[in-house]
Amino acid sequence: MEAIVNLWNSFSQDWPALALLILTLLKIVVIMLPLMVLVAYFTYAERKIIGYMQVRIGPNRVGFFGRHAFGLGQPLADAFKLMFKEILIPTKANRVLFIIAPMLTLGPALAAWAVFPFGDGMALADINAGLLYLLAMTSVGVYGVIVAGWASNSKYALLGAMRSAAQIVSYEIAMGFALVGVLVAAGSLNLGEIVRAQSGSLLHWYWLPLLPLFMIYFISGVAETNRAPFDVAEGESEIVAGFHIDYSGMTFAAFFLAEYANMILVSALTALMFMGGWLSPFQGTFLESFFAWVPGFVWLVMKTFFFMYLFLWFRATFPRYRYDQIMRLGWKVFIPITIVWILVVGLAVVYQLPWWFD
Amino acid sequence: MSYEKFIFYIFAALLVYSASMVIVRRNPVHSALFLVFAFFNSAVLWMLLEAEFLAITLVLVYVGAVMVLFLFVIMMLDIELAAIKAGFVRYMGVGALIALAMLVELAMVVGPAHFGLDKYAKPAATPANALPNTEAIGEQLYTVYLYPFEIAAVILLVGIVAAIGLTLRRRPEKKTQNITEQVRVKRADRVRLVKMDAER
Repeated sequence: MEAIVNLWNSFSQDWPALALLILTLLKIVVIMLPLMVLVAYFTYAERKIIGYMQVRIGPNRVGFFGRHAFGLGQPLADAFKLMFKEILIPTKANRVLFIIAPMLTLGPALAAWAVFPFGDGMALADINAGLLYLLAMTSVGVYGVIVAGWASNSKYALLGAMRSAAQIVSYEIAMGFALVGVLVAAGSLNLGEIVRAQSGSLLHWYWLPLLPLFMIYFISGVAETNRAPFDVAEGESEIVAGFHIDYSGMTFAAFFLAEYANMILVSALTALMFMGGWLSPFQGTFLESFFAWVPGFVWLVMKTFFFMYLFLWFRATFPRYRYDQIMRLGWKVFIPITIVWILVVGLAVVYQLPWWFD
Repeated sequence: MSYEKFIFYIFAALLVYSASMVIVRRNPVHSALFLVFAFFNSAVLWMLLEAEFLAITLVLVYVGAVMVLFLFVIMMLDIELAAIKAGFVRYMGVGALIALAMLVELAMVVGPAHFGLDKYAKPAATPANALPNTEAIGEQLYTVYLYPFEIAAVILLVGIVAAIGLTLRRRPEKKTQNITEQVRVKRADRVRLVKMDAER
């Protein structure tokens, strides 16, 4: 062990740039691998939870070593199936763009995790403009959908892409305004600073002073990820499967992965910006020292899982919105509310409203 | 060659390539996507200049919003390349003249007299305690350049209002829901319970 450490030390002295590159790549792997496993088991959780909500059982056949194990092997079986299926490319499709589109969706969904702090100072890139970077990355994700819809050369796919583009651009405005409220309140664009600004107690977290922005952010997040009840981009009852109708095998799996990675990202960000991130919910109470041994990462994961569960709950509960009502909700309801609340937050910060902003 | 220079040359080459592809490609959707790629590459160049706010805002505003709407419109068009090329020879003379004039103007503005590292002072390194890029820009915009900034914002607002005013028309035959009315509906407005004698 010591020999390896010594070897690494001499190596990083001789080749500092290369050592940095290798270290960064290792960190990326450390973030990506658990994320991919989480995505796989999120699909399992979705089928299981929605199954129970609808009084079904859900997947319970595929297990390990001859045991059913509650169907826990299902995500692996799905992954193998998708990997070995043929990738079909329609004759009249634009081949290059057809193949690039899934990558364009998956790339930003994963790249956004670069600035995400998993604990105090535990981010891959702890940059000053973290919030801006996140906003930029989530807004770039729409290209995959548009390009996929156009390159497939199919009416259903194009309709799905159009719906999705209009929806994502509309809800991005509300989402951006909600984040403006957060950054005004925290006085920083750095995600770590935003969490630190919320420390105090459960009531200091921004869900309370920014309650309207909190709800609007999460609902816009659901709309941005094209999930039920805002999943008109897929809309299987109208346009079969929307933008990814012509995709199969691994190209389809990339869209699938991106959708779930985005859901996890929105949940994690909601936990970070409105629910105090890695801060303990018992902070400032007599239980604080009692739970001091729990690492902050665990609190963050628990909060994130709560919001991920909400995604599934929404899908099992709500009927799909009609398209004009989606647009009305985004433009006529959410944007005015966010603008008003930004004003309120601005005044609260200027006059140093006690409890939160003093 | 230092690491930074290496990165710069790679992305500068990609930028020039994608920018020329924007005007060379026949397919307008390809052109638009190459423009997106060009934006990304110039964002990287700005990042190298430590202008991270501008770089990220370029991606956020131009790539994330403007070009999406561009693509949106372009993809809906049924573009016939033959019709576009029909007047090519006829207008080529005028086009060439305009291109020449532009070239001369460009040469006069950014001619050889302005090139070369010796023409410019070496930029001083940013002090370690300097404000972050975002804060520095914000402070300049809201103090020194407040009026230009606000006026530009108002001009944009006028543009939005004008665009809406031009396209908004009342169509009496259009049927829309009144959501507030729908929400306010009481049971008594819709249901009338009728007492009837039972038929034996």
